[in-house]
Amino acid sequence: MQEKNLSSNNFEQCIKCTICTAYCPVVAVNPAYPGPKQGGPDGERLRLKNKYFFDENLKYCMNCKRCEVACPSGVKIADLIHSARRRYSVETPGLRDRVLAGTDFMGKAARPVAPLVNAVMSSKVVKDVLDVMMDIDRNRKFPKYKAKGFVSWFRKNAQAKQEGYSRQVAFFHGCSTEFQHPEVGQAFVKVMNAVGIGVQLLDEKCCGVAMVSNGLWAGAARHARHNVSVFKEAVAKGLPIVGVSSTCIFTMRDEYPDILEVDNSEVRDSITLVERYLFELVDSGQVKLVFKKDYRARIAYHIPCHMEKLGWSLFTKALVQMIPGVSLTVLDSSCCGMAGTYGFKKENYKYSQAIGEHLFGQIKALSPDFVCCECETCKWQIEMSTGRTVLNPIVILADALDVDATIAANAAPAAAAAPAAADAIDG
Amino acid sequence: MKFDVILIGGGLSSLVCGIRLQKAGRRCLMVSAGQNALHFSSGAFGLLGSLPDGTAVQYPLEAIPSLPAGHPYAKIGVGKIAEYAAMAPGFFESCGVHLVAAAAAADPVLRSVRNGFRFTATGTMKPAWLAMSEVAFFPTEEALRDSDGVPVESALIVNFAGFLDFNARFIAEGLEKNGIRCRLETVRIDDVERLRKNPSEMRSVNIARVMTREQNWKGFAYQVKELMKGEDMVVLPEVFGLGGELIPQWLSEMIPAKVTYVGTMPPSVCGIRTQMRLKEAFESAGGTFLLGDEVLDPEVEDGRVLCVRTSNLGSMRLVADSYVLASGNLFGNGLTAAPGEFREPVFGLDVDYPQDRSDWYDPDFFAKQNYIGVGVKTDGAFHPYIAGRVVENLYVAGSEVGGCNSLAEGSGAGVAIMTAFKVADGILGRQEPANA
Repeated sequence: MQEKNLSSNNFEQCIKCTICTAYCPVVAVNPAYPGPKQGGPDGERLRLKNKYFFDENLKYCMNCKRCEVACPSGVKIADLIHSARRRYSVETPGLRDRVLAGTDFMGKAARPVAPLVNAVMSSKVVKDVLDVMMDIDRNRKFPKYKAKGFVSWFRKNAQAKQEGYSRQVAFFHGCSTEFQHPEVGQAFVKVMNAVGIGVQLLDEKCCGVAMVSNGLWAGAARHARHNVSVFKEAVAKGLPIVGVSSTCIFTMRDEYPDILEVDNSEVRDSITLVERYLFELVDSGQVKLVFKKDYRARIAYHIPCHMEKLGWSLFTKALVQMIPGVSLTVLDSSCCGMAGTYGFKKENYKYSQAIGEHLFGQIKALSPDFVCCECETCKWQIEMSTGRTVLNPIVILADALDVDATIAANAAPAAAAAPAAADAIDG
Repeated sequence: MKFDVILIGGGLSSLVCGIRLQKAGRRCLMVSAGQNALHFSSGAFGLLGSLPDGTAVQYPLEAIPSLPAGHPYAKIGVGKIAEYAAMAPGFFESCGVHLVAAAAAADPVLRSVRNGFRFTATGTMKPAWLAMSEVAFFPTEEALRDSDGVPVESALIVNFAGFLDFNARFIAEGLEKNGIRCRLETVRIDDVERLRKNPSEMRSVNIARVMTREQNWKGFAYQVKELMKGEDMVVLPEVFGLGGELIPQWLSEMIPAKVTYVGTMPPSVCGIRTQMRLKEAFESAGGTFLLGDEVLDPEVEDGRVLCVRTSNLGSMRLVADSYVLASGNLFGNGLTAAPGEFREPVFGLDVDYPQDRSDWYDPDFFAKQNYIGVGVKTDGAFHPYIAGRVVENLYVAGSEVGGCNSLAEGSGAGVAIMTAFKVADGILGRQEPANA
């Protein structure tokens, strides 16, 4: 009698209940996709017999993990699908997929000529050409590259004073902070420094999530091995690895071992998202946040799929709700449809927008001052599709923070800092 | 992280308990390892359909005093059950879940709840207490043949071409036993036809998702009207209510006959809707719901739970004054079975089960199965035991509670709701009735 599972993805536990299908955003809009149950555990039984049962249409899976979150039996359905793509797919990623997956390479190439690239990429003619030649949908808006990246800003403006702090973190900034949204990294440094924590950079490579999506397995695994070895050095020095993008953090904690088979067990528990890191410090009374009295905002919180999978949205909610002038509405959890590079592709664009429709409708109806969300590609999708601004929670916290009061509250002993600490929120 | 109450499990019982507590001002955290049994709901809630010996029950409250002492209803007491039963429809209504009951006079109290009947996916009539609004539910077995005073003599059963989870022949057989002539038809809707490309995923909920589009349900209604040949009743699969109760109502108005929706094989469309509404009610009252996470590594000392942890939150200690375990039975992994024993996997609570394995099951698949009745041992207030010692700040609710065979009795939802109310009252420190 079999009492134990044989596989790490638990596929033997599937009872065919179809709950995964009920929550799959792709099945609802794209009939070419075989669906999580068929593509995952059902298909795996066949594939184990014969690899020719592999279905290339599994590429339509967005890897949002909503099937896994819903599964009552603990089956890692999306892992099954992506491991199968890795093992059996015979399609070679083309130029388009390599360009989309090379987030750091493309960022570095575009930076010296950023204004030109941004202008060219928003021109209709270029979009039409890309649509026809490269199957990148002409309706998609491209995120703007910045001429100056986060790292050069950091080296010039922040690095020198970091050694002065008694506590330190290693910051995994990710590609979008470096190339498109340096303000997210600047906000991170501002908040960390205000609570008395110094920031150190890592010799990081792209987490690899876009390469996983585009079938560039060897490259993704290479990045994973590099990052894990860099993290090991940081952890040995007692530094936690703190990031600002839910997708990077999720990928490095879970996709490295589950899909790329890169062992991260020594560092996994040290890889965290800034919202969780900060919440734990505040909750345990180790740091205090003091916010501006006149900060006012009506914020809608979109929980990205990978944040759902991490299960950490409660930390973001708790932190943002600490800001006195904020009214926060948590949106009905649903996928925005972007899924990293998925929504750029011509064959997916229509489905991508259909998947996000429910979310866009909620945002438009609510008409908040802005949307809060930890994932940069959700940001691109929501901004393009609703016209609303989307801010990373750390940017909101940094904007609302009364920096001087926070520095005072964290520097002085609690009793001495009474005037500032009176408004401080502690655990 | 600190909460007033941590609830383990995210199904009917946990949600009812959590909503009551959260609305009473307690800060609740609910942790659910994946979705729950509401996704397999028949669309109706049973309180007590038959006694343990198989005798059919017409008035559930009247039958409760004859239940054995270890039965969860016996622990709660008939007085409290009557009070909770009267409260339940209003409670669900306030969460956006509209439930229908079979009419009964308020007096005497023990006859204030009367079983109605739901018409099942296999064409049989089963007793039920409350039903989700669009589900085929009748005050008496005879009412199946009644359409506003006019006898139903003929029925048209309509299915989607290629949909295997709605067995029209079983349903026809059941109706014909009741003297109703049946005719079977299928319809094709473009959006549903597209789903057929992938037959293994052509399931109730996928059809329900495309049927929320106006052109589809209207097109469906027109096709049904075309197919009708003067039948008194039209029987449809229950795949129209995912977004709300309105589309099934509108369909019923468009089709010129008595329209009866019959549940499909799982997943249950109205069950999923109910789960979504209850979760919304819990969250909008301020509760925190963690889906896809699992409670592990509890610390228990001197008969008290000190904290729990979860797989997603890692080493973080989650602390509460009270804890509720409502993570289901074997089906929901609230209990696990090995060849020699049953276990409760989170806390290692004492479980009540027949020692001789041959008593766990009957080789006749359709007979009453004892393993269904296996559950956690509890005291009168639903506190469990670890190695014979009561755990004072932990409560058990729902199908995880032992002492009854809910499948054989038709009491699954009733036990889930009644134990949830009772546990919530216990946590809120409300008065125990004298007979408890």
